[in-house]
Amino acid sequence: MSFHPRMEYAPAKFHKSERTLAEQGGDFKYTPENQAKFDENVTHYPPEQRKSAILFALYLAQGQQGYLTAAAMQHVAQQIGCTAAEVEDVVTYYTMFYRTPVGKYVINVCRTLSCALLGAERVTEELSAALGIKPGETDPTGTFTLVEVECLGACDRAPVVMVNDEWHERLAPEQSAKLIADIRTKGAAAFTGCHLNKEAQQGAGARGTGDRGKGDRT
Amino acid sequence: MAYQRVLTQYINEPGSYTLDSYLKHQRGYEGLRKALTLKPGEIIDQVKASGLRGRGGAGFPTGMKWQFVLKDTPKPKYICCNADESEPGTFKDHVLMERNPHLLIEGCAIGCYAIGAKVAYIYIRGEFYHVQQILEAEIEKAYKAGYLGKNIFGSGFDCDVYVHRGAGAYEAGEETALIESLEGKRAQPRIKPPFPAVAGLYQCPTAVNNVETLCNVPLIIMNGPEWFSKLGPEKNGGPKLYCISGHVKKPGVYEAAMDTTLRELIYDERFAGGMMDERPMKAVIPGGSSVPLLLPDQLDIPASFDGVQKAGSLLGSAGLIVFNDSVCAVWLAMNLLHFYRHESCGKCTPCREGTDWLLKLLMRIERGEGQPKDLDLLFGVSNNIVGKTLCAFGDAAATPVLSTMKLFRDEYEAHIRAGACTLPAPWRAKHAMAGAH
Repeated sequence: MSFHPRMEYAPAKFHKSERTLAEQGGDFKYTPENQAKFDENVTHYPPEQRKSAILFALYLAQGQQGYLTAAAMQHVAQQIGCTAAEVEDVVTYYTMFYRTPVGKYVINVCRTLSCALLGAERVTEELSAALGIKPGETDPTGTFTLVEVECLGACDRAPVVMVNDEWHERLAPEQSAKLIADIRTKGAAAFTGCHLNKEAQQGAGARGTGDRGKGDRT
Repeated sequence: MAYQRVLTQYINEPGSYTLDSYLKHQRGYEGLRKALTLKPGEIIDQVKASGLRGRGGAGFPTGMKWQFVLKDTPKPKYICCNADESEPGTFKDHVLMERNPHLLIEGCAIGCYAIGAKVAYIYIRGEFYHVQQILEAEIEKAYKAGYLGKNIFGSGFDCDVYVHRGAGAYEAGEETALIESLEGKRAQPRIKPPFPAVAGLYQCPTAVNNVETLCNVPLIIMNGPEWFSKLGPEKNGGPKLYCISGHVKKPGVYEAAMDTTLRELIYDERFAGGMMDERPMKAVIPGGSSVPLLLPDQLDIPASFDGVQKAGSLLGSAGLIVFNDSVCAVWLAMNLLHFYRHESCGKCTPCREGTDWLLKLLMRIERGEGQPKDLDLLFGVSNNIVGKTLCAFGDAAATPVLSTMKLFRDEYEAHIRAGACTLPAPWRAKHAMAGAH
């Protein structure tokens, strides 16, 4: 009799790799415009260091297709001159690359301390309720994806959400459902953007960078 | 004498980010012009004499770092500007790049000249896309005006500055991980030595400097090292940006000399203006999430590298996260460990596995399912991470646990006794563990 506990082998979960392969997807090729952008970017690095352009190349592919398929990764590998496995290695590491389709608006809610202290957990709950999806999911219409992310670096304007590349600052939990409704009607115009960006163009007037004005909580 | 802001004096004016504004208000690119009349070694001597310490977190003397890179070598050299500002509670580089980008561009150019590099890469985090757009547009203008590119000011010195966008990895803020990421790999740290000064980007000598550090360089060249070192206490000279967030009235970025006390930064009207809704403070994390907490009775110390260290914490990136007495210490540690578990790059086992176990233990205690032995376990796991990893991430990840256990052990014990969170704040999720995954 063995002293080992009885173990299921073949079908048991713990003997299987959890690695999921990216969907192959249809043929992928950069548009001529993106190809030109890539060719320009690659000149920023020494000729023998084309791999440095890999993040830029992946952003281009993702921008073109919405997410990264295996075909897109293979195309990037060809452009860079490395193996597709090396590209996948990079893609799976960084959080800003998607290997499955995402909604038109990817709502990234910052959940780290400064935002959490001002109600980020509740923001996620309200957004989740308004959209009918859990964090990490995409709604059935393919319009919204809800994601919880770590510190976005705008802690003075907590709670912050990043929608695609745009920021929306000081999103009070009570306002979360309204934000979704606004995005549905107004699109990207619903976002406050980064206050620094706006004030840099228009002037902050007498306001300092950190004034928590009661009226301007959006 | 009232402190005169130098890094952020004009940032609230409209168009503060433009080249015109920089030339008009800040004697733009005069530092570079002056630097090019000096020998590289002389610039490094000036930076050394100024006592400028790295603003990214470690506070290492910048002049010394550059000295290591200066040595003769046939290989090209590089400056990597660390703009991967991801430390929770830190948002100062963001302001500098968005409102005063030319100061950074000038700092990069002077840095390149000082160490004999021709290229500087600004590694900016992927989430700062709107900042990157401003930065790239202004770099373009600097090229057109002849402040970058070939033969700057007819001196024969060439310099290129490129922006490199990251893609969401806290670990890319560690200098060797940043270099790996720039080389197109996963942002995972390297074994040191060799240090980047010897074998950095593409195995060439490289100086990795924080945005705020490089922004100080033109000021030192223009105003002289003595002016700089006299701004603030000894060995902690120069202007400093403080990021204050959390339960305060006026969160934001504030510039001050390092003789300002933590109490002033939090309570003074010139800075954060006191606690939100006048609720008493429970504690402050003075240097980004990776440093030990300080209690309200420890605030009368200068917010300098040495001052905060003497009080038992670290100035780090000068990101002050202030919180009031509605915050549960176990929840706080759990929130931060969720961050560290997510961001651990996975290279070193103690950190990869340890952060996961710490989070699981903290979630269990917070949920009310903790057992008395869990406290020893937390301590044991933490101490098996500290000092056993390639980079400082491991130490940083264990700090929130060790620090809250030291200061608020009674809360941990109360959680276990009560079988529930003893301090559930109203701003927390309604479903206690929602979102924890």
